[in-house]
Amino acid sequence: MKRSKLGPWLAIAIGAIYFLVPLIGTFEFSLRMRRGEYSFDAYRIVLADPQFQATFTYSTCLALATIVVGVLLVVPTAYWIQLRLPRLRPVVEFITLLPLVIPAIVLVFGYLRIYNSSSPLPMTSSDRATDVLLTFGYVTLALPYMYRAVDNGLRAIDVRTLTEAAESLGASWPTILFRVIFPNVRTAVLSGAFLTFAIVIGEFTMASLLDRPAFGPYLQLIGANRAYEPSALAIIAFIVTWGCMGLIQVFGSGARLASDTR
Amino acid sequence: MPVISAPRNGLDRMSWAWVGVVPFFAFALMFLILPTGFLMVGAFQDAGGHFTLANIWNLFQPSILSAYWISIEVSAVSAFGGAVIGFFLAYAGVLGGLPRWIRPALMTFSGVASNFAGVPLAFAFLATLGRAGLVTALLVKYLDFNLYSTGFNLLSFWGLALTYLYFQIPLMVLILTPALDGLKRDWREASAILGASAWQYWRYVALPVLWPSLLGTSLLLFANAFGAIATAYGLTGSSLNIVTILLYAQIRGDVLHDENLGYALALGMILITGLSNLAYIWLRGRSERWLR
Repeated sequence: MKRSKLGPWLAIAIGAIYFLVPLIGTFEFSLRMRRGEYSFDAYRIVLADPQFQATFTYSTCLALATIVVGVLLVVPTAYWIQLRLPRLRPVVEFITLLPLVIPAIVLVFGYLRIYNSSSPLPMTSSDRATDVLLTFGYVTLALPYMYRAVDNGLRAIDVRTLTEAAESLGASWPTILFRVIFPNVRTAVLSGAFLTFAIVIGEFTMASLLDRPAFGPYLQLIGANRAYEPSALAIIAFIVTWGCMGLIQVFGSGARLASDTR
Repeated sequence: MPVISAPRNGLDRMSWAWVGVVPFFAFALMFLILPTGFLMVGAFQDAGGHFTLANIWNLFQPSILSAYWISIEVSAVSAFGGAVIGFFLAYAGVLGGLPRWIRPALMTFSGVASNFAGVPLAFAFLATLGRAGLVTALLVKYLDFNLYSTGFNLLSFWGLALTYLYFQIPLMVLILTPALDGLKRDWREASAILGASAWQYWRYVALPVLWPSLLGTSLLLFANAFGAIATAYGLTGSSLNIVTILLYAQIRGDVLHDENLGYALALGMILITGLSNLAYIWLRGRSERWLR
């Protein structure tokens, strides 16, 4: 069947314009700091800003902690559900989808009320404790993506046979989990990890309301007070996001993952 | 709670198997269910902890109602726009018969753009369509057209909806592409052999199969926009009265002067996103009947 390709080309062209123009506009704006000529001054100032370095490092550390906690929580659970408790699968899947239903701002509101300094578990009483709470909050936000990524990875391998083979060779549970299962779902875990990183690095709501010096609140602060630096920061943030998604593509089929996790 | 039924692996092994999921359920309880439950219960209590419906009743005051309403409108407009444009983009990428490289490029870019939300996205649109933005300036320079003289303002309802489209459209593309892949070639060929036009094929075959996905994904986009705050906050500060920004201000400084009213505000948000997600899940179940 021969059909006109004008419509599809038009759709792609309009889409491309809508998505590329803001990027071009932002980039152009970020170069305008020096009067009358283009320069990378805004980037130089941003990158040299100790606040930028501190908040970016903080958010990176938090993202890594989130990934570690998330993987340690999700992989054994998904493995165990697959192997022993398939009946619980709908319950667990439902719970992992809840963070898409409950807005982050509502979750953090609840944290502030339950874990305030006069509660039995005062997780907002010191900076370290709040960091832990924020990490757990981020694990919650990343749960839908991480769980779906890992679950897809586990479905692709024969968990039962691998486990029984390892058991019959005398492997202990930690050995099975860390030396048999983990290496087999490595690509899935990495996909989930990069997606988590992209979500956490610029997250604003939770960090701001828990009053921690993360990258998201810093971005907002700069946006409210400076002219050209925000554009430079937006470009940097876009490159980081692009990097994470690119790495997912490198390590596995990113498009499939992203569509399955929603 | 799950029903305990006849275990497959023998009683003694099964009876201890649940220990393996304790960490997960403990985590979900502590950081997902209890915090939300606390707010939901608090919405029905007064300051002294007694049961009351006053908080729910107080939600129906003009300033709060308008915040909900603006949020619903922005979310609906951006969800509808995202769904329509995203559908055409996904269609072009999957069924448009375009060169091979278009599809992976579209998917990769959608993956990036759907995650490029929040404060940086607000910056990007300010630099493009703000008063000093590139497009605004170019329009004045070359077409002598002042965008802002038409009443357009990026820091307004339509500006926010336009900005939200930047992550709504790619999300639609990502979710809808597998559904479009599920449209079988045979159906199209069969309808062509029976003499159906392209319009008739879409009207009587493709759209009836796709509509649960289309509608369901639109609802997901709606919930996605409804719970968003960082983009709006980065764009307009606290000048636009949407419900997430109102709740943010309430948490920061108790602007409603009533702690429990804040809980009710949160409860209302969960109800709205919860209902649209439930409808999404139901519709997805329907669409999966055909698209396997």
